[in-house]
Amino acid sequence: MSTAFLTLDGISKRFDPRLTLGDRIAARFGATVEDRPVRAVTEVSLTINPGETLGLVGESGCGKSTLGRIVAGILPPTAGTVTIDGEPVLHNGRKVTTRVQTVFQDPFASLDPRMRIGDTVAEGPIAHGLVTKANAADYVRGWLQRVGLEPDFADRYPHQFSGGQRQRVAIARALAMQPDLLVCDEPVASLDVSIQAQIINLFLELRRDLGITCLFISHDLGVVRHVSDRVAIMYLGRIVEVGSTEQIYRDPKHPYTRALLDSVPRLVLEDDALVEFNAITGEIPSPLAPPPGCTFHPRCPLAVDACRRDVPALMADGTDRLVACHVRAMERNAAATTALEEGR
Amino acid sequence: MSEAATPLGRFWADFKDSPVAVVALVVVVAIVVLAIGAPWISPQNPYDLGGLSLLDARRPPGHIGTGGYVHWLGTDAQGRDLLSAILYGLLISVQIGFMAGCVALAVGASLGVIAAYAGGLIETLIMRIVDLQLSFPAILLALVLVALLGQGKAQLVTALVAAQYAYFARTAYGAATTERRKDYIEAATATPLSRTRVIFRHLLPNCMPPLIVVATVQIANSISLEATLSFLGLGLPVTEPSLGMLISNGFVYMMSGRYWISVYPGIALIVLIVAINLVGDQIRDQLNPRLRR
Repeated sequence: MSTAFLTLDGISKRFDPRLTLGDRIAARFGATVEDRPVRAVTEVSLTINPGETLGLVGESGCGKSTLGRIVAGILPPTAGTVTIDGEPVLHNGRKVTTRVQTVFQDPFASLDPRMRIGDTVAEGPIAHGLVTKANAADYVRGWLQRVGLEPDFADRYPHQFSGGQRQRVAIARALAMQPDLLVCDEPVASLDVSIQAQIINLFLELRRDLGITCLFISHDLGVVRHVSDRVAIMYLGRIVEVGSTEQIYRDPKHPYTRALLDSVPRLVLEDDALVEFNAITGEIPSPLAPPPGCTFHPRCPLAVDACRRDVPALMADGTDRLVACHVRAMERNAAATTALEEGR
Repeated sequence: MSEAATPLGRFWADFKDSPVAVVALVVVVAIVVLAIGAPWISPQNPYDLGGLSLLDARRPPGHIGTGGYVHWLGTDAQGRDLLSAILYGLLISVQIGFMAGCVALAVGASLGVIAAYAGGLIETLIMRIVDLQLSFPAILLALVLVALLGQGKAQLVTALVAAQYAYFARTAYGAATTERRKDYIEAATATPLSRTRVIFRHLLPNCMPPLIVVATVQIANSISLEATLSFLGLGLPVTEPSLGMLISNGFVYMMSGRYWISVYPGIALIVLIVAINLVGDQIRDQLNPRLRR
């Protein structure tokens, strides 16, 4: 196994509600004011190896976008550090490195509407001395061509492009900074399905050619399977399972991963009958009041007493595989004991 | 590529659809051109006291004076040709209104955008001062400042800026608080680009539409504020009569039937202010996303 390239160490992010003066006075007089912090991300430790794409999957509101923003250096974590090759991404709460770049979900919001796209792509590289002002035009044309756009589009404004084209511009902007790590926060979620495929293919092609490491955030299990080398499953601010894409999709160990894979609606064409898919029962709990113990226990079919009491640790389960589940840990122990006894 | 490709090009295409606004714009441009050209086109230099003759004082419109030319709009108590005085007065009004509007825009917009981007203590400090200032009339502050600073163009502009930047700050702050949450600001911060760059290259330009509307209205307002101050005798020295002072000078003769001394400068002022406001209204309608087709 190669050395880790990006390391997340004990990352937590809490959003404390900002009480206005009025709220504080009301609270003083006994009014109930919502002052509980939102725990968006709790003690996440992850590594991404050089050249690898790690897929981060979870339901809406599980904290995957928050984690992505922390990795991208947009949000400072409440606790923990993000390092890229041992170099911190943030310094005094400000992003210092240009080695991590981001592609955002909504290409209609992520491009400055009042800037020609050529200027948008050139701005960062010029500001960081990657290219001189004089050479910027050629540099931009090169990148636009690289992402499958006409080089002459540099003079146009974002409103003159379709969603797919804009996302190509956003990708060009990120790549023009010559990053080592690309954080893709649901880059295709707001695009039409036909356009999604084009962007995914572009993405795979660029990754192959440029050897970029990537954190790919998505709620779409199909897309993640297509692009990722490894997959991390997130539930209510915690990582519950990490493994290679093959392992996760073939043999999910965590009950949540299993439920998530079962709940994907599939197109069944052979017998012309649509199979009912199994939705996970219940709602994702509020991060304002996460359940005690394993946060998944209220929806878990296997939950035992320990699940309601203790938070399961993320433990090794086979090669390059981590699972945070009490039941799974007990199964593993039992199997180990049996193996030991049989061997005796 | 067609002209309509740039935001400005699209804007102009929409603007042309409103005949009222186009006429108003033509009027504004005409007044500005006439005002700037005043030294060359006006029959007389009203500031040159040697060229005035008291024999021509208070003559009605159409009078042919000692200079041998027609006073189309009559003359005032000093024998000044009113048409010339109005053209020179417009020049001063336009100069002061434009300068005060632009400086107030620069100062106010910067403060508002910085407050919205920085947040916390800086935000509280800037916006509370702005709120405080908005809570009492601009004319009051301008009056006090002009009284303190004395007469003169620079002093007048300073007073007008101090009285008006708060409107820009408020508008810029409002626009910037919504804009700063958008992804493109996040993208710029994540590149990373410097704070100054994010604020002035990304945040401020995207806050411009409402600011341009406020700017047109505020230019009209500074012109009328300046006229008010001059009318009260606090604006500019007597040697540089602005429209307000002309109105004020003629005021005493109103009841004796010599209406033209006050009325013509008044009409010029009103036409200018109404025309600017009409242009401003059209810009507002066009920039208001809810009214857009």
